[in-house]
Amino acid sequence: MELSDSRTIDAPREMVWQALLDKDVLKNAVPGCQEMSGSPEEGFEAVVVQKVGPVKATFKGAVTLEDMNEPESLTISGSGKGGAAGFAKGGAKVRLEDDNGQTVLHYDVEAKVGGKLAQLGSRIIDGFAKKMADQFFTNFQEALEGPAEQEPDAEVADGAETGEKKKGWFRRMVSS
Amino acid sequence: MPKDGGIGSPTLRREDIRFLTGNGKYTDDINIHGQAYAYFVRSDVAHGTINSIDASAAEGMPGVAKVFTAKDFEGVGGVPCGWQVTDRFGEAMQEPKHPVLAEGKVRHVGDPIAVVVADTLEQARDAAEALDIDITELEPVLNMKDALKDGATKVHDDLTSNLCYDWGFVEENREAVDEAIKGAHHVTTLELTNNRLVANPMEPRVAVGDYDSSNDEHTLYTTSQNPHVIRLLMGAFVLGIPEHKLRVVAPDVGGGFGAKIYHYAEEAFCTFAAKALKRPVKWTSSRSEAFMSDAHGRDHVTKIELAMDKDGKFLALRTDTHANMGAYLSTFAPSIPTWLHGTLMAGNYTTPLIYVNVKAVFTNTVPVDAYRGAGRPEATFQLERVVDKAAREMGIDPVELRRRNFITEFPYATPVAVEYDTGDYHATMDKLLELSDHAGFDARAAESKKNGKLRGFGIAHYIEACGIAPSNLVGQLGARAGLYESATVRVNATGSISVMTGSHSHGQGHETSFAQVVSEMIGIDASQIDIVHGDTAKSPMGMGTYGSRSLAVGGSAMVRATEKIINKAKKIAAHLLEAAEGDIELKDGAFTVAGTDKSVAWGDVTLAAYVPHNYPLEDIEPGLEETAFYDPANFTYPSGAYGCEVEVDPETGKVTVLGFTAADDFGNIVNPMIVEGQVHGGLAQGIGQAMIENCAYDDQGQLLSGSYMDYAMPRADDLPMFTVDHSSVTPCTHNPLGVKGCGEAGAIGSPPALVNAVIDALQRGGHDVTHIDMPLSSDRVWAAMNS
Repeated sequence: MELSDSRTIDAPREMVWQALLDKDVLKNAVPGCQEMSGSPEEGFEAVVVQKVGPVKATFKGAVTLEDMNEPESLTISGSGKGGAAGFAKGGAKVRLEDDNGQTVLHYDVEAKVGGKLAQLGSRIIDGFAKKMADQFFTNFQEALEGPAEQEPDAEVADGAETGEKKKGWFRRMVSS
Repeated sequence: MPKDGGIGSPTLRREDIRFLTGNGKYTDDINIHGQAYAYFVRSDVAHGTINSIDASAAEGMPGVAKVFTAKDFEGVGGVPCGWQVTDRFGEAMQEPKHPVLAEGKVRHVGDPIAVVVADTLEQARDAAEALDIDITELEPVLNMKDALKDGATKVHDDLTSNLCYDWGFVEENREAVDEAIKGAHHVTTLELTNNRLVANPMEPRVAVGDYDSSNDEHTLYTTSQNPHVIRLLMGAFVLGIPEHKLRVVAPDVGGGFGAKIYHYAEEAFCTFAAKALKRPVKWTSSRSEAFMSDAHGRDHVTKIELAMDKDGKFLALRTDTHANMGAYLSTFAPSIPTWLHGTLMAGNYTTPLIYVNVKAVFTNTVPVDAYRGAGRPEATFQLERVVDKAAREMGIDPVELRRRNFITEFPYATPVAVEYDTGDYHATMDKLLELSDHAGFDARAAESKKNGKLRGFGIAHYIEACGIAPSNLVGQLGARAGLYESATVRVNATGSISVMTGSHSHGQGHETSFAQVVSEMIGIDASQIDIVHGDTAKSPMGMGTYGSRSLAVGGSAMVRATEKIINKAKKIAAHLLEAAEGDIELKDGAFTVAGTDKSVAWGDVTLAAYVPHNYPLEDIEPGLEETAFYDPANFTYPSGAYGCEVEVDPETGKVTVLGFTAADDFGNIVNPMIVEGQVHGGLAQGIGQAMIENCAYDDQGQLLSGSYMDYAMPRADDLPMFTVDHSSVTPCTHNPLGVKGCGEAGAIGSPPALVNAVIDALQRGGHDVTHIDMPLSSDRVWAAMNS
């Protein structure tokens, strides 16, 4: 499945770029991420727990950052093996556009699943992938801007642990 | 009045008592002390290179006996294919190796890579999670036409291409057919897909392997339609175990529909592992595994052309089919799109020139093989669809067009190498029109129109070829097996009888209908007769049950063996009655001397055979047990006219099947109730294919319809009440019972009737729709109406 969208982040483009390379930002942004280690240069190792329809699994996999063209664009790809549940993999092509001190983040996401996930989840996989991407970029945005005005839904909070970190924790950290 | 026993009686099925009270004994009910459990680790990609398998962590997990991979099977053969097709250039088909566990590459989602055997299934599954399997994904081969292009990725690197064979039939007719089509008054052309199906028997596959080291004997309990065939294939070709050291038992089996004919890797695995581990090994398929490891059915893409003269007389027929073999050749896969498909293309019609071309293609999908009907539904669907389209194009009523071309003289040799012995197609058509109230259709259509609905009526007339035979012919056609059947009739001292048949019952009711035949022949109550099947240690070598062959071939073997019993019993009776053997008559379970009141009961004769005090020992041996092998002279050719009435909601495209009528000619009928049930089941599966069933892969070769959430099985509310008739009888001329076979007819004749009905409804509603591919989901119908 494929989807494209964009969102405007209230932060300068360089800061957004830095955030995209930050292990902790990624850990907090990837929904269901339990562990994240590694570096932008060597790639990250991640453990993600997710439930797709009736299939709940722990995915162990790698996240790599490629095609890096600072501070304009990069490709984030990840693939995870979920044992008997099958596998999931996907990528996002991200492009950053400066807009008067704000940054417009464009993304084209592609996601694939295999094995039991495809057999049981094909009917819901498009919706699931869209939800994952939305959550990722919402979490990402919040790391820079702080939580949105409206209450984030429960699963977003679950993934991003936003409760503990108010008002754009990444921004505060890099600004201090 | 129906008889209350014997041939022709609607005797209640004796096996239903155990099935309906939960006392059936299926393979999964077999648990042997000390057994271990096998869990298959299967590929979750369609095509890939196996770089490494690290089982060290898994082997250290609790309860794990061993992790098996391809290297454990280096010394054994691959899973064999039982039929070699010769292509139109005289060359043998391309036949890839089919390892028990994937070697080097995985070739479809579900391809087994490794097996964990542990004390419990849970332990095996846990350990499977600890296996580290590194696979590099390769581009999957999915579309059959793309697969044949130059430079296409190959499913099997050691083959020259993805083409299994390019088959022409009858090759000598090719040019004449082309000429006839060129010069014809009218040619109707249709391109269509016969959708891929998953058989989905209620009972998934199970295998239990057992090994007795004290006498080096192997036993395999398995969900099979033909245990002797499994013994031969697995023993001779895979594991090298001679038959006398290998027993295969297929106990109660909960439905087969073709998917349980084949020898599967899991059977060989459990047999092999039981010896390797010195303990019984059991595997029970989950439903998810069944979707990606049971052989699938159909999956043909066809272009068919029918040439006619100005009166609608069929002049020539040409077909061009791509048949999906999947990733490996399942046991009988090559024969389905060829000898079970091309030979049926004459249908019920006198078309003098026919040419069938079939290209069988390897793809990264589950292997495809016979599914209820096997080749004949594919033939019937395209033929009956193109005839219907031709009727519209020629402005001739579809019933009339069929009648103009019906074969009326028998025996009839078709241009596709078979000879129909009997049939009366006008009779079945007449019966259909009567039972479906065809005359009243226009009034019903008008009523539907008032309600804003489109009503349509569709007809299909099918020919079937059952009981594939004779063995010397099928050998010439490439079968690596004979197609006879066997029976041993063992009469016990007190007169009761055990019949050991090589046929296998997995829902067909043989225990009832076979007993009716012997009961009729001898004149004793059917309760005195047991039908024993499904165990190679009990029955003589038999070929099992598929292709609607059991009564026609297995029943005939049983008749022959029973005739031998009767002949011998008459000799004994003649001795006891002090009369000439030629004067002895058997009636109602007693032997009498013709024209006298001297008689001796069946039980007295059988007792004399086993307690031969007063017995002609100088002329005949004691005992009363006979075996017969029956190899038919020809196929049998059931036929029938099917009619389907539908209503289409033009707002939504939803199709409602209002009525379905089946007027069949099955030859003589042994148990009309069982026949009716068989037709009902076949119709349900045919309507399922036409309306809702579809096996779908995505563009990566992922199986999307891998559960009942996405693969729709027909339920009672998807089906109308059926009107079933089999009063048109032209008995088979070459088997002793005059029977033809009824198991697959419903699934063969119903899909074209249903699609024809929907097209009829749309045409009547003013929509210029000439074809919609199955399944006829609402969105496909709506899209066709609004395109």
